[in-house]
Amino acid sequence: MAQQPRPSARFRPTDVVDFVIVGSGAAGGIIAKELSTAGHSVVVLEQGPRLTERDFDHDEFGTFMRGHNINDPATQPHTFRATAQQTAHRQQALIYGRLVGGSNAHFTGNFWRMRPSDFNEASRLGGVAGTGLADWPLSYDELEPYYTKAEWELGVSGEPGPFDPPRTRPYPMPPLPVKSSGVLLERGARALGLHPQPSQMAINSQTYNGRPACQHCGFCLLFMCEFRAKSTSMAVMLPLAEATGRCEVRPNSYVAQVEVAQNGRATGVAYFDAQKRLQRQRARAVVLCANGSETPRLLLNSATSRFPDGLANSSGVVGKYLMFNSYVAVNAQFEQPLNEFKSVQNTRMVLDFYETDPKRGFYGGGGIDARFGKYPITFALGGLPTGAPAWGESFARELAHQFPRSMAFGCHATSLPLDTNNITLDPTLKDAWGLPCIRATYNDHPDDLKTVSFLAKTASDIAHAAGALAVWSDPIGPQTLAVHLLGTCRMGNDPRMSVIDRNHRTHDVRNLFICDGSSMVTSSRGQPTETISALAFRAGELIASFAKRGEI
Amino acid sequence: MTDLTDRRTFLRAAIAAGAWAAASLVDIEDALAFASQQASAAPAAQSSALTAAQSEVVAAVASRILPAVDGRPGAREVGASYFIDRALATFNAAQRPLYTDGIADLDRRAGMKAGGAASFAALTPVQQDEIIRDIETTPFFQAIRFDTIVGTFALPSWGGNRDYMGWHLLGFEHQMTFQAPFGYYDGQTRTP
Repeated sequence: MAQQPRPSARFRPTDVVDFVIVGSGAAGGIIAKELSTAGHSVVVLEQGPRLTERDFDHDEFGTFMRGHNINDPATQPHTFRATAQQTAHRQQALIYGRLVGGSNAHFTGNFWRMRPSDFNEASRLGGVAGTGLADWPLSYDELEPYYTKAEWELGVSGEPGPFDPPRTRPYPMPPLPVKSSGVLLERGARALGLHPQPSQMAINSQTYNGRPACQHCGFCLLFMCEFRAKSTSMAVMLPLAEATGRCEVRPNSYVAQVEVAQNGRATGVAYFDAQKRLQRQRARAVVLCANGSETPRLLLNSATSRFPDGLANSSGVVGKYLMFNSYVAVNAQFEQPLNEFKSVQNTRMVLDFYETDPKRGFYGGGGIDARFGKYPITFALGGLPTGAPAWGESFARELAHQFPRSMAFGCHATSLPLDTNNITLDPTLKDAWGLPCIRATYNDHPDDLKTVSFLAKTASDIAHAAGALAVWSDPIGPQTLAVHLLGTCRMGNDPRMSVIDRNHRTHDVRNLFICDGSSMVTSSRGQPTETISALAFRAGELIASFAKRGEI
Repeated sequence: MTDLTDRRTFLRAAIAAGAWAAASLVDIEDALAFASQQASAAPAAQSSALTAAQSEVVAAVASRILPAVDGRPGAREVGASYFIDRALATFNAAQRPLYTDGIADLDRRAGMKAGGAASFAALTPVQQDEIIRDIETTPFFQAIRFDTIVGTFALPSWGGNRDYMGWHLLGFEHQMTFQAPFGYYDGQTRTP
């Protein structure tokens, strides 16, 4: 796919387009491509700027400490608290991408399918008391063609592992070359009788559809890829959508409200342009793909006398069941240099503990990958174990010796859906556009902490079995910072218990659709992006078919 | 900075290998040229938030946090104090009082330790370390430690990490392309 000058469509806000899509990330980019190639006019509104390769950098300080390319706490802050009994304080707890391409533009590339068991875990386990754990209204078999489509249309490198779900096509590309961390994970895991497998990554291991193979520069996590080797909405889907001549991607467009007519149908959205002037984009249907944080906020901010508790919220479930994915890193030092700063984050993983095992005594499961722990600043600030020197000659020597010899085992796991974990509107805080801000309330379920503790113990055993000289876990406790924001407009058959139906249509507004991390009923095992992508391919196809049949 | 300018050589090789669509390459080459120019454009090394005497103290503390050892540069050699000064003059202005008070306190302690010493910067490293041990749990020391590390390892465009010497200190190589084997253990097992 050669990059031609974009023949992108340009619509006037007064034009009634077929679809306005809010958000241009993993889901928004795919749905824009599906709807525009099906012949529809589409406007994608993105709150962030449009960046090109010449705007990208490898700036760890700017990216991790100055908030480049993510939601800006100065202009669009939010508040956080662990429980509803506490007062929420302004703090950066939720992170999402704020640029054309969304969080997906700078995601790490992990691309895991969910398994058949993820879709009906509640009924198989008999539920988990006190939680909202529910079955999906879809089966794995129904989603499988779209997992396959996502892998082939985007471009994924991998190889099935021994516990992988059934698939109708192999991976389009072989795995990326193994790194030292991957070799060590394999060594340790095999010694424990486990089954390590190559990581499945949305990063090219070969030239694919005109995009180059990964060049192993090492800047994936929170960085955009200069080579377009990362298979993202930004690099793959949005260019295809724009090439139809029917799709306009409009950056710097901050959506304030979904507008609804007296007859209960959505008429479009009101948004602020780059000059903070209020604009309207009219559309025959609205699709929200604004991330599990901003999608529920937008619905809550769209309350009217007809929808006093927020749009599409007759269930009261909008914003509820927020899931972060529990996570902890186990750090290890080895005798020889690994040079983990080279190439992609991770190349090998262990999924032996994916399933919930009642014998463990708690709900949950996940995976362990072997990864580059920390970029230079982060490593110098906290990459040495507790008790290591913090300054002076021994500090300088220790940093130089350990940086190339260090790695981490990422333990990725489930989060239980709880109605006490949620996104509401802060009662007082307003953003720079005068809109109510998000108030996030989140406290990990004890089983989620037990799951990561269990995985951390296993990762530690793997590290020791691989010959690590030092092994230590980051602290395990309630999370106060998250990049996976899931479950807040969950899908379901019962309009009293869910926001959207199995076809991504909101139960309450016939021409309002939602597809993003908020659609997820359960959290995945810590890597939701392929499921969001598969849902988006399916939603795009369904919405196009509804349009064709006059069912919108 | 050969690693960055070498990108062009690499790109030529990539063209020859026919790996990429030509149109795509123009964009990417442009991006890499920009990255190279940006990364090497260190700002002028002059104080703006701190006086020359205060900057000397900051550089002295930074030098004790990350000293030059085993022939590798330390925080002073890579110009971490320029980052700190620039940050205090701009986005980190809120911490100026913490710094000016902390520096004054160090100078006062220096005067007590070595009669007549006007500045912490005038003490021997051993004396400086003794004072730092007395203040290492203070908010000021935590701030200057954090900023010294950032000034040593952040991109040179932030003001420190002169000529990427900070990265060399750490054994971190910044290249746009690497090839396997990446480290000892994958090199050991990789079959040619």
